[in-house]
Amino acid sequence: MPEPLRLSLDDADARSGPVSGPSSGRSTGALRDPGDTRDPRGRRVRLVLLALVVLAVVACAAFLLLDVQGAWSYVLGLRSRTLGALLVVALAIAVSTVVFQTVTENRILTPSIMGFDALYVLVQTVAVFTLGAVGLSGVPAPVQFGVTLVVMLGCSVALFAWIFGAARRSVHLLVLVGVVLGVLLRSLTAMLQRMIDPNEFQVLQARLFASFTGVDPALLGVSGILLVGTCWWLWRRRHELDVLALGRPNAVALGVEHRRRVMTLLVAVSLLVSVSTALVGPITFFGLLVANLAYVLTGSSKHAVTLPTAALTAVVVLVGGQAVLDHVLSMGTVLSVVIELCGGIVFIVLLVASGRRR
Amino acid sequence: MPTWLVVVATSLVMAVLVVASVMIGAIDVSVADLVAGDDDAWDVLLLSRVPRTTAILLAGSAMAVAGLVMQMLVRNRFVEPSTVGTTEAAGLGLLLVTILAPAMPLPGKIGVAAAFALAGTLLFLAVLRAVPVRSIVTVPLLGMMLAGVIGAVATWIAYRYDLLQTLGAWMTGDFSGIVAGRMELLWVTAALAVVAYVMADRFTVAGLGKDTATALGLPYGVVMALGLGLVAVVSAVVVVVVGGLPFLGLVVPNVASLLVGDNLRRTLPWVAVGGAGLVLLCDVLGRVLRYPYEIPIGVVMGVVGSLVFLYLLLRAPAGRSGA
Amino acid sequence: MITVEQVTKRYGTTVVVDDVSLELPRGGVTSVIGPNGAGKSTLLSVVARLLPAESGRVLLDGADVARTPGRELARRLGVLRQDNHLAVRLTVRDLVTLGRYPYSRGRTTPDDVAHVDAAVARLDLGGLEHRYLDELSGGQRQRAFVAMVMAQDTEYVLLDEPLNNLDMTHARDMMRTVRRAADELGRTVVVVLHDVNFASCWSDRIVAMRDGRVEVQGPPSEVIDTDVLRRVYDDEITVREVDGRRVALYYT
Repeated sequence: MPEPLRLSLDDADARSGPVSGPSSGRSTGALRDPGDTRDPRGRRVRLVLLALVVLAVVACAAFLLLDVQGAWSYVLGLRSRTLGALLVVALAIAVSTVVFQTVTENRILTPSIMGFDALYVLVQTVAVFTLGAVGLSGVPAPVQFGVTLVVMLGCSVALFAWIFGAARRSVHLLVLVGVVLGVLLRSLTAMLQRMIDPNEFQVLQARLFASFTGVDPALLGVSGILLVGTCWWLWRRRHELDVLALGRPNAVALGVEHRRRVMTLLVAVSLLVSVSTALVGPITFFGLLVANLAYVLTGSSKHAVTLPTAALTAVVVLVGGQAVLDHVLSMGTVLSVVIELCGGIVFIVLLVASGRRR
Repeated sequence: MPTWLVVVATSLVMAVLVVASVMIGAIDVSVADLVAGDDDAWDVLLLSRVPRTTAILLAGSAMAVAGLVMQMLVRNRFVEPSTVGTTEAAGLGLLLVTILAPAMPLPGKIGVAAAFALAGTLLFLAVLRAVPVRSIVTVPLLGMMLAGVIGAVATWIAYRYDLLQTLGAWMTGDFSGIVAGRMELLWVTAALAVVAYVMADRFTVAGLGKDTATALGLPYGVVMALGLGLVAVVSAVVVVVVGGLPFLGLVVPNVASLLVGDNLRRTLPWVAVGGAGLVLLCDVLGRVLRYPYEIPIGVVMGVVGSLVFLYLLLRAPAGRSGA
Repeated sequence: MITVEQVTKRYGTTVVVDDVSLELPRGGVTSVIGPNGAGKSTLLSVVARLLPAESGRVLLDGADVARTPGRELARRLGVLRQDNHLAVRLTVRDLVTLGRYPYSRGRTTPDDVAHVDAAVARLDLGGLEHRYLDELSGGQRQRAFVAMVMAQDTEYVLLDEPLNNLDMTHARDMMRTVRRAADELGRTVVVVLHDVNFASCWSDRIVAMRDGRVEVQGPPSEVIDTDVLRRVYDDEITVREVDGRRVALYYT
């Protein structure tokens, strides 16, 4: 036990103690053991981020420039719009998943697994079902989006109340409930869709699966603005997210208004999920995949690191994957299938691992 | 309520459902027509409605029993063919045999699907063994994710061979295509349900685990193989002939155990009848909701099944206990 | 001063803290002891506003903790709960640095770094600073969390069973750290303890709870006594004086 050393340090501490003394402004080097190297992860994080930025740029360039046939300006115009949609979706899913996992204090749950995007599809279907395609076209797009959002928010509040309700439930139960809820919402959607007039169903399908290639520029613009605004707001709260990840008691002890903050964060998550689902429909496991990739790549849990890493990883996977499948293998639409496949396997591995740890 | 009353009430409900199923459909069949000896009406009845209703009864009871058998063997009340990947594996097998050997006769295709179903179940059990601590909800969760992965593989292959729609049709149960000449295969499942009844006690003992079962003098491996094989064949036949019936094998045994307890020999007949009744109800519902169009039973079953499953999950906050 | 006024807390129909009133003056170490289920941890959580009370209130130097803004309270009162399982992977230093959050809001100043360094040294975590929490033993993790609370630099420090998972030596070191925090830094420390002997040897004041009520409170010389312990634990416990300290012999 290095008793004398501790005593001397205690003295230093006592001076700079509760009331900040004159010594408190001194630099850290003086207090630290000279043999103590700097945090070794800093370099790794910087390297990972740099590599991801390069990869993301390469992926975007490849997506735009590979295998161009015909008029450049036309192809580039079309592709840059698609690229815009891919970027919005990648960022929205990555950021919403990381925040959601922090708020719910686990790394298996994602908004899509809890059925958030299935809910979005159901809300759209109900809208077409009750109002009809014609009736719906009379409602301005912002109002539609607003109403959808309010419904989504209502449900996330209900979810929140349930998760943090009286009985503390196991994460696995939550996930299972989410999965079954997803089946329920999808079945309800399928049922309603069968009951809709076939012509109106066409309209609905066009609304739900605008797909990356046929993205409406106006919708893309609105989504982009919402995305940037929400991400900026979340970025400013990255340190608070670090504290929230310690769990409710610790977060409260450190002065975070837990309930209110979690609510507003869930609102932001719902917003992001709505944005991404509105653009391309549900991709269940994508968020799980990129969030966990980000945790593994950087080995960090700080949101200042995980948020950008997850976002960049998402861009690389989505844009890069789409570029390869589209322009090299010409199998565009299967990307989501590949993601579901890998995501499902990652999920099982996580589940097995989490079982091991406990 | 005394037992005889329950039996009478159940019989009445089933009778009403059967009559409804026989009478309801896109083409009107009225009692008056039948009495008047209208040939068209009788044709519809004998070639479409009666086979359909029979198929519903057979498939419903067999899947519910298969679910119960699986729950005994895995000792988890939230597993059934569609929550552990058995159904999806059967679909994958059917897809492959359709691509590679399209000319194979139906029994052969079912054989391949059954083999895949069995392999899928075994894969699930292998993954399960890798999870040391299991809560009652982790097991079905793993199974559903595995089912998702198998489903993604099938989707990928179907996409390459332009069979996505076909696959979608297979995985969504639908009785509207059932006519005389195709449903006979379902009698196999009825036979297997009887086998399950005879072997019920042995399945229960096998569910206690290898060591206990062996100590009690049970040939563990044989019984496990028989039970899992039974489940696989039933799932394969139902997928090939009808399509997926999500959560059926989960919902019925659980509700039955809530109502009549856990004594297997006593529960099993109720599970069979309950399965038949539930499928009948859902199918009639699918026919009535958007008359004269039909909503496939797979979709209706998905709504009803997941609702009941959610209820079962949230009923008691017992998320931790169990094996 | 911490003032507890007629606080009652129920879980469902079970009353866990039953109309407790208590005054803990500034300074020194107060230990809360009592059998399992006596309501020690729950009372601590209510004092730290981690749990809402059904009735009654808790005042910290006259201000109701339920009404004080969380951030302000976080600079005056630090608390560590028993179970600290994290879903995230953090290093020891990351964790201790988060203890500065009430001041830094994430923008760490040299002053914050100094406090973190001091807390790390105080808990003897120097060699473990950059290790991940999930790579540490239970005792090391426990110390890391206490370091976080120390870095929070609050006048009041509440610790719920800080000796959990600690071996003999580390348990003693932990109590020494607690003692020093009170003596050298002038903090007011409240610890929930299982072992009455640690309470006897290291604290200025002992609060003994039973069935959600405060059974007795006073200096160790009064509380660690066969008659008093019988009232608290319903058991005959021999108490001896060893080297000037009262020790309960409950091992045989």
